[in-house]
Amino acid sequence: MPVRDEELKLLNEHLLQMAGLVERSIRDSIRSLTERDSTLARKVIEEDHKINTYDVKIDEECIRLLALKQPMGKDLRFITTAMKITTDLERIADNAVNIAERALELNEEPLLKPYIDIPRMREIAQGMIRDAINAFINEDKKLAMDVIMRDDEVDDLNQMVFEELMFIMTQDPSTVSRAIKISFVSKYLERIADHATNIAEMVVYMVEGRIIRHMVPNEIETS
Amino acid sequence: MRKGVEIEVKGLGFYYSGGVHALKNISLPVYRNSVVALIGPSGCGKTTLLRCFNRMHDLYPGNRYVGEILFKDIDILSKEVDLIDLRSRIGMVFQKPTPFPMSIFDNIAYGLKLKGIRKRSELAERVEKALRHAALWDEVKDKLSSSAYTLSGGQQQRLVIARALAVEPEVLLFDEPTSALDPISTAKIEELAVELKKEITIIIVTHNMQQAARISDWTGFLMLGELIEFDRTDKIFTNPSQKLTEDYITGRFG
Repeated sequence: MPVRDEELKLLNEHLLQMAGLVERSIRDSIRSLTERDSTLARKVIEEDHKINTYDVKIDEECIRLLALKQPMGKDLRFITTAMKITTDLERIADNAVNIAERALELNEEPLLKPYIDIPRMREIAQGMIRDAINAFINEDKKLAMDVIMRDDEVDDLNQMVFEELMFIMTQDPSTVSRAIKISFVSKYLERIADHATNIAEMVVYMVEGRIIRHMVPNEIETS
Repeated sequence: MRKGVEIEVKGLGFYYSGGVHALKNISLPVYRNSVVALIGPSGCGKTTLLRCFNRMHDLYPGNRYVGEILFKDIDILSKEVDLIDLRSRIGMVFQKPTPFPMSIFDNIAYGLKLKGIRKRSELAERVEKALRHAALWDEVKDKLSSSAYTLSGGQQQRLVIARALAVEPEVLLFDEPTSALDPISTAKIEELAVELKKEITIIIVTHNMQQAARISDWTGFLMLGELIEFDRTDKIFTNPSQKLTEDYITGRFG
């Protein structure tokens, strides 16, 4: 007896709900920083358990389907991909919590400089997550590849932010504490984009059955 | 009897006429509108247990039961039970399809006629209903007067299920119903079992563990005549409580 379509649909819905919470968590964590809103930062930290609950629930559901339905072919790839996606989503949310924690600290000190690149990084990373999940739901390999390509933009911005902060620190040692925390935030966003990339790579696996992790871009195109 | 329980097995023991103690102190609930699977290595007693539910062992002299099997208001093991009536309430489907040497229509109508139904129109109606129930109607509706032997093995097995369903049983016992069938026919019978539980209760013996996992809600694992573990199927197959169960489902023995 095959895995029933409604069971897969339910799994899809739970993943979408989890991804929605994760996106909100990232957006709010960065807003808590840029708008110096510590109440919002605390909300991000407090609500992380909802995402953890989804992580466990989806995992249990996948394990149940693997054990009881012995899925094959595309169903098997779908379920194993879903399990890995939740792990990435959960880690993305942990990074958002870390951002909120740094925001709480930074909000207690004078503003070092206006945040310009950080919101830009947030926008790209959040878009990557949304598109990676949409690519999963719609089995859209092209969109998944597009997400993978965008990772470089976030990496470059992270590098720029880091160099700029290094310069500020060398000019004025009193900025060190704040500058390090901001560079952490930048690094967290860079990690978030990496997790979105992982999700996109797994979507390619699900659609094509081809594992493209650890390949460089031109290998992906030609293999 | 507990709420939602169709059959309650209490301290059941069974001895074959030669003295073999085949079942030892088995207790388990069979919940209404569920599929219960009995699994375990060859000779563990799973088929022996299944056959207790409609007293099939009474066909041979000298077999002996102890304990109780409570079904609604009766004890199945009681001497007063009318076995013909019991077996129409608790039907059985065997490993190999067992169609009667007669037409498809008459195979289904047979049990109904035994129950005293004679009116042609009512027979036709109930035969169609049973065949639809067993997901066979569309395949046989144009050849109801053909011999049942013209059907494939998988169709014959669904015919036998339809025959059992025609007398409107409350419980169906499946004794390895797909072990003689190809994978497509097997999938159809499995789908059917899941569909049928909306109206009846099913107890199935299978030595295909994956089949138990796919279609049952509850699973009992037996070994050497003892019920080692009885629990929800997802629990049994993802995290059983007993090491013996774990060893069996992971293929360490059996």
